This record gives sequence, C-alpha cells and structure tokens, in this order.
Amino acid sequence: MATTNGSAVSQVNHIGLPVIEYRGGKSTLCAGCGDNAISERIIEAVFEMGVEPEQVVKISGIGCSSKSPAYFLGRAHSFNSLHGRMPGVATGAALANRALTVLGLSGDGDTASIGMGQFVHAMRRNLPMIYIVEDNGVYALTKGQFSATADIGSRLKTGATNELPPIDICAMAIQLGATFVGRSFSGDKKQLLSMLKAAVAHHGTVLLDVISPCVTFNDHEGSTKSYKFLQDHDEPINEVGFVASFDDIEVDYGSGEVYDAEMHDGSQLRLRKLLEDYDPTDKANAVRTLLEAQEKDEILTGVFYIDTQRPTFIDQLDMVDAPLATLPESITRPPKSALDELMKSLR
Amino acid sequence: MATEKLAQEQEQNLHGAVRRIVNNFSINVATVNGSGSQSANSVLLKSIFEMGVPVSGKNLFPSNISGLPTWFIIRVSKDGYIARKSVSEILIALDSETVREDAMALPSGGVAIYEEHLDLKQYRDDIFCYPVPFDKITFDVCPVAKLRKLVKNMVYVGVAAQLLGIDLAVVEAAVRQHFADKQKVYELNYAAVEAGYNYAKEHLPKQDPYAIEPMNKTAGKIIVDGNMACGMGAVFAGVTVVAWYPITPSTSLIESAASLLKKLRVTPEGKASFAVVQSEDELAAIGMVLGAGWAGARAMTATSGPGLSLMAESAGLGYYAEIPGVIFDVQRGGPATGMPTRTQQSDLLSAAFLSHGDTRFPLLLPGSVKECFEFGYAAFDLAERLQTPVIVITDLDLGMNNWISEPFDYPEKPLDRGKVLSVADLERLGGFARYRDVDGDGIGWRTLPGTRHPKAAYFTRGSGHNDESGYSERPEDYQKIMERLARKIDNARTLAPAPETVRNEGAKIGFLAYGSTDFAMRESLDQIENEHGLRADYMRIRAYPFARAIHNFVAAHERVYVVEQNRDGQMASLLKLDLDAAQTVKLRGIVHYNGLPVDARTITRAFVAKEGL
Repeated sequence: MATTNGSAVSQVNHIGLPVIEYRGGKSTLCAGCGDNAISERIIEAVFEMGVEPEQVVKISGIGCSSKSPAYFLGRAHSFNSLHGRMPGVATGAALANRALTVLGLSGDGDTASIGMGQFVHAMRRNLPMIYIVEDNGVYALTKGQFSATADIGSRLKTGATNELPPIDICAMAIQLGATFVGRSFSGDKKQLLSMLKAAVAHHGTVLLDVISPCVTFNDHEGSTKSYKFLQDHDEPINEVGFVASFDDIEVDYGSGEVYDAEMHDGSQLRLRKLLEDYDPTDKANAVRTLLEAQEKDEILTGVFYIDTQRPTFIDQLDMVDAPLATLPESITRPPKSALDELMKSLR
Repeated sequence: MATEKLAQEQEQNLHGAVRRIVNNFSINVATVNGSGSQSANSVLLKSIFEMGVPVSGKNLFPSNISGLPTWFIIRVSKDGYIARKSVSEILIALDSETVREDAMALPSGGVAIYEEHLDLKQYRDDIFCYPVPFDKITFDVCPVAKLRKLVKNMVYVGVAAQLLGIDLAVVEAAVRQHFADKQKVYELNYAAVEAGYNYAKEHLPKQDPYAIEPMNKTAGKIIVDGNMACGMGAVFAGVTVVAWYPITPSTSLIESAASLLKKLRVTPEGKASFAVVQSEDELAAIGMVLGAGWAGARAMTATSGPGLSLMAESAGLGYYAEIPGVIFDVQRGGPATGMPTRTQQSDLLSAAFLSHGDTRFPLLLPGSVKECFEFGYAAFDLAERLQTPVIVITDLDLGMNNWISEPFDYPEKPLDRGKVLSVADLERLGGFARYRDVDGDGIGWRTLPGTRHPKAAYFTRGSGHNDESGYSERPEDYQKIMERLARKIDNARTLAPAPETVRNEGAKIGFLAYGSTDFAMRESLDQIENEHGLRADYMRIRAYPFARAIHNFVAAHERVYVVEQNRDGQMASLLKLDLDAAQTVKLRGIVHYNGLPVDARTITRAFVAKEGL
C-alpha cells in the first residue's frame, strides 16, 4: 500500500496512479493555514482509496475554505460557487451524475450562517456526498469577524468577545439525518485521514467538521479555535481505524471496546472507544454528548454517528443506474406516439 | 366583426323585439373558493367546446384556500376571440358574497341564474332573472350531506345547458369524461345535471336572447392550460433534473411535468430517467439547476416573481460561469407578494438583467399554449447551445387558464446538446481552454465532470477568470471574457424564436405586443379596423435579445404602440435600450396592469384616445 510519506511518493495506488496525479495548484492561503493540511489529507485519502480523479467533483461556496479545491485534485472538475450555496450546486451535480464522488468544501461562515438553510436540508436528504466544513470560527477574507461556530467567551485580536452561543454543526447534522458525522482537527493527520477514507467509502451524506485554525485572525491567546487551544482541549471519543475493501488485512471483530461498521463498498470502519459506553449508532446520545461537551469546554473529535443502512436520496428517487446527464435522446425524449396520446386526451 | 357595435345593437333590440344572440357572450360563474365548482365549470366549458363553438375559460380566484369569492368566466365566441371580455352577459350566482356587485355589473338585458333566496330582482329590473332552488334540487338528488356542496355546482350546469340550448347528451359525455374512472361519482354528478336541466325545462320558460348553436370550429382542437403545456415542453425536451419550490402560479407547471415524467419516463425496469426535487427555497432550486446543468443534465426550475428575485444571484453565476439551465417564470402581480392570483407581465426587465453586474438573459415569450410547449422544449436547446440560463416567461393568465388550441406538433429536430468535448475530442486536441472563443461565435467548448481524460477537468468559478478558467483579476482578461459574453448572448437574436408578423400591410401605425397580450391585441386590431376604418400592422415579439426584424418593423412605421401588462412599459423600455435613438421616439405605450387579463376594449380605447380618433 502506497503512502505519501517521504520516498513513497513514487509509488502508485491500486488503480496505478502516483500521488502526484492527485495534487492541485499551489495554495494561495496563508502559510500554516489549517485548510492546507486538510487539502493534503484529502489528496492522501482519495489517492489511497484509489478513486479515479476524473470521477470526483469538488464543489465549494465562498471563503478561504472554498478556495481550497484549487489546491488538490487538479484532474477533477471543480466548481467554486456562491456564498452559502454549495449544497444546492452539489445536489444538482450529484443528481446529474450519480457515478461521481461529490466533495463539498465549505467553511463555518459559508455553512453555519449564510448557508444554514441549504446545509440543514442537504443533511436531511442523505444524498451521497462528503460535506467538509473547514471550521476556524472566523471570517478571514473580510479580516476577522466572528462566525456562528465561535465559542462563547472566545476573543478576537481586537479584544471583542463572542457572547452568542455557538452552532454545533455536528449535533445539527446528526439530528437532521446525515448518516456519517464526525469532527476532526486539521493538525491530527492520522485521525483526519482515516475519517476521510471512511467518508469516501460511505454511501450517504458525510458531514465532517474539521477545526482548522486561522493563523492570521484566530490563532491567538483567548481564541478557542487556535492550535494551542485544540492541542489542550481536543478530546477524541474514539480512535478511528479504517481498512479499505481492497486491503488484504484480516479484520478481527473486536470486544466491547470496539465498534466495527461495514461500509457500503465492503471497507471496514473501526471505532475504538475512548469515551466509556459511547455508541455511534445512538442518535440521541450522540447529540447529548456533544451538547454536554460544549458545556465543559471540551472539543470532542472522532466519528460521532454512523448509519450505513438508511437509504440515500438517490435510492429514494429510484433513478436509473446510468448518469442522467448522458442518457441518450432515445430515453429522455418520449416518442411521437406519446405526444399523440396526450393530444387525444386533451380533446 | 364589429363585436362591440353588434353587442350594442343587440342590447337595443332587447328593449323591442328580442333578437337571438348566438355563440357570442360571456358567462360569469360566481361561487366561493373551495366549493368545488371547478369540475362543474370544466364540464360546462367542455360541453360548449363539444358543440363546436370556440370557447375559453378564466378562473379569477383569490389567494385563499376556501371561503372567499371566486369567479369563472366562460367566453363563447363564434369569431374565435379567446381573450378576456370586460363584460359578462350571463351571471350564475350561487353563494357569492359579491352577488350585488356581480348583478350590478351585468349589462342591461343580461341574464342572472341564481340561488332563489339571493333575490337578484331587488337590484335590477332590466335583466332576465332565473331564480333556482339549488339547495332543494341538490337535497333531492344527493342523499349524502357532505357531498351536496360539490354536487350543487353540477345543478347549474344542467340549468345553463337547458336555457342556452346545449345538447344534454353532449353534457353527459363531458361529465363521463371528466370523472373517467369513477362510475359512482359520474352517476351522482350527472343526476345533478339532469335535475337542473329538468327543473329549468319545467319552471324557467326561456325569455332571454342568448343561445348556443352547434358550429364546427373546434374539430380537432385541444383544450389545455399553459402550465401543462410548458411542462409537456420540458418533458419532450428530455429534461432530467427538476428542482423547484412551490409558488403560485407556477406550481401546476411542475406538477404537470412531474406527473408526465412518472408516466412517460420510467424504464421497463421501473427506474426513473429523471429526478424531481422539491427544494427548501428558490435559492437552492436554482443552485441545483446550475449544479445539474454544469454536470451535463438538462435541468429546469419554475417560479414566479418573488422566486425569480431570489434566484438573481445564482442566475448571474450561471451567466458568468456559463452554465445552461431553464427557468420558467409564470408572472403574477408584483412587486413584493403583490397579487399572487392575478396576472401581469411585470417581471420582464428584472428577468432580462436578472443579476447584479452586467448580465443579460435570453427570454422566450410564448404567446399561446402551443408556444408554451414549443418554447418549453426550445429553451433547453438554446440554454445548452449558449451555455447560459434561459428564462421562459409566461403569466398566470396563460399558465393557469384553459385555452383552445391546435394540437401540438412533435419536435422536428433532435436535441441540441451544445458544444461538449468527448474523450476522443480531448485525445485529438490534447487539451482545451474552457472559455476560449475558438469558433468565433463567442461560445466556448465545455467538458462534463466524469469525462475520463486527464485533460478534461477545468475549474468553474464565479470569480474573475481567464480563457483557461484560471483565476484572474487582470483587466484585459476580465474585459475579454465580458466582451465575449455580450457577443455570445447576442446569438439569441437569431437562434431564439423570430418575431411573428401578424399583419403587415404597409400601414403607418404598428403595434408590438407579446405573451398573453396577443389574444386581446388581435381582437383590438379588428375593433380598430371595424369601428374606425383604420388598419394597423402588428408584430408579436417572441424573444429577447431582439431580432433585427423588430428594429425593421419600428423603422417601417411612423408610430409604434407597445401594448403590455405592466405599469412602467417594461417592454418599451427594453426596446429603447436596443433601438437606434431616432427610432425610440416612435414608441408609444399602452399599458394595463390591474391584475385582470387585458381585454381588447381596453387596448382599443387607449389607442383611440392617444390617436385622437
């Protein structure tokens, strides 16, 4: 199995592509931006999963996070759309071509403020897509205003303090119907990579809230989205392990300390419990755990909720297997006899 | 035909000897919303249609589920006029709260068929009165109390049929067709028709002059509403993704399309070759259309004014990032919530320049249900050819009312999917620049996501970009793209439906109109000719950006009246932006914007006043 570490870059993945084929343009984000680390993990995850780059689409809204699709997967079509409108565009693309792996890139402002309406309804549909929120608690492109995920008491560089309760994107996504919900930290390479690989294997809506510190506007003392704060307050609820379907590794089904989920493509997601008795299939408990952590100033990470059984929106629409986009005219335009019949019925 | 004069003569005759008025009048059925009168009105309309007489029906309804007054106007016209007529000669009044107003609106010598306790005689002594004990007749034929409210409506169909001379067998067939699969419902409803018919025969001796006599002017024709016709157009365009948010008066367009898709576009294995998504709002609906259009689907939405406003930002993205998509805008009275159940043509300017920044959208303006179908499918070809959102603009009058029409013709040409590069093309070319004008027509080539070639991908963005779809803020890159976009949209001048020259006799005065105004416009031209001996030319605009022929039409006339249904003369404004300065001074506006469909007399009066005839 190839990895991106050091000299291994010349190796190819199981579809015969080297990792360089998964790279994108040079990042124009700030040096040290968490979003760049997330881009790196996405490259690794898609490469290691052996996804054809041309079968991925990257769709984003507006903000630093939404610029990032330019910096990975240059062989995939990309659509940098409007502020808060990524989910609608992604939904349209996913319906037009169900064979695509849809990567939605958004930020905390793009999702939890201007895009809240589309975010919640996207979660309800359980359309197959990976929705990544690169969450830094701040509007960086407009030079540092609070976003709706900023914690109470968090301070801006200017000294302003956030007084409003934060929106917990993960708690909302679980309650609304997303079938794979987790949080990670851009600095936790291992956890984030495993979660992204599992996300690629999942069939349904994946919501990953990735805390991604903003080195320019929100990495100071008093910020609850700084590297330092995350290092001190990150509380993983489980250790995320992932074994891809094509990996020839024996999976030993674990004790009560481990939750194993078989993914749609035959891959295996293994969640080793770090929080006592945490069951990632118990919706109500997942939401309660997240809300309680908020009270305790803990930032929980890990896979909070997973449901591999719920039908996706594509299943519910009972669509043909072939992409709608390229169906031939013989299928999409009814014959003359159909029009004649209609005309008769209107007489 | 001097319709108005003739009507006046006929009225005068009433005071002396009653002369019969055959196949030339309107019936106003006044009920309350939610009383289920729709079936009865459809049956009455269909019966007249089956008698071979040109007929149209207009539902004037409130924005309310039940309990407010609602009117259904049936116009019977031997001359084939199907626009609204401002005066109805026959009133059918059941429970109407507005019964006094409705009675006062009847012309002298008009007819009132009404629930007897309403006692219309108290208001007018110059009309023919037919009191009917509707409740009692209904009680006798319908033992089930909760159905009586619905069945009562069928009683007036019977009464009207008897008084007007509509063949009972024709009515019976219409009832049977209406309740096609429901034998019991048919029996109950037809019993009510018969009871009304018999009551009228026994108790209401004919006094008034209005009558229906068989003609052969509807043979082979169909009756359909514009929303259904647009929905059919989309289905026969091979639409694959439909995203929408409910809004009056466009909702039935989507519902028609969705039901046709379920009927016609399910594979033998039971799989859908389409996706219909009721989204959370219009912002998401247009977003889905763009996402789907970008990924290669034929995608559409339908909305009305408020929804169109919400779609503005995304429409601009579609324009700038060059993504095909079709928006059906069924106009209602604006601005704001405006009058959701009234008609207007007041979205024109906002649709033409829907987004912030410099944008322009091709608009298709169907003027009949047949064109709703034809433009409905042509819009998809145009959108994919030009790689831009195309807006089909109809209105509540055209969209929600029943119109008589020639049957629709099957599309002659195969689908035009526009400039899309395949894997083989990419192999041959070795790559491509998404926004480069390689053919000189301003239209670049695109690839679809999922195309299995390392050079297939490009980066789509709503931000500044260059030919190769790279991010750019360079002045020359930006201007080059914007200049090309202007040229690209200009292709619609020749690709979109050309204007229709309805009359061209070299007259000094010309008329320009569009959309549903056409029905009244044609009738008004006849009135102007018959009453004032003046022949004017008429061109019907069917698309924007304007074809050269429209410029030529204005140039060929001394004065050109632009007739439309909005306050500000939006089409006239749009024309002024396009015409040479010397031509703009020729334009005169005739506007009607009270929410009711324009009628011929309103146009004629305004014209006569402006011309000082």
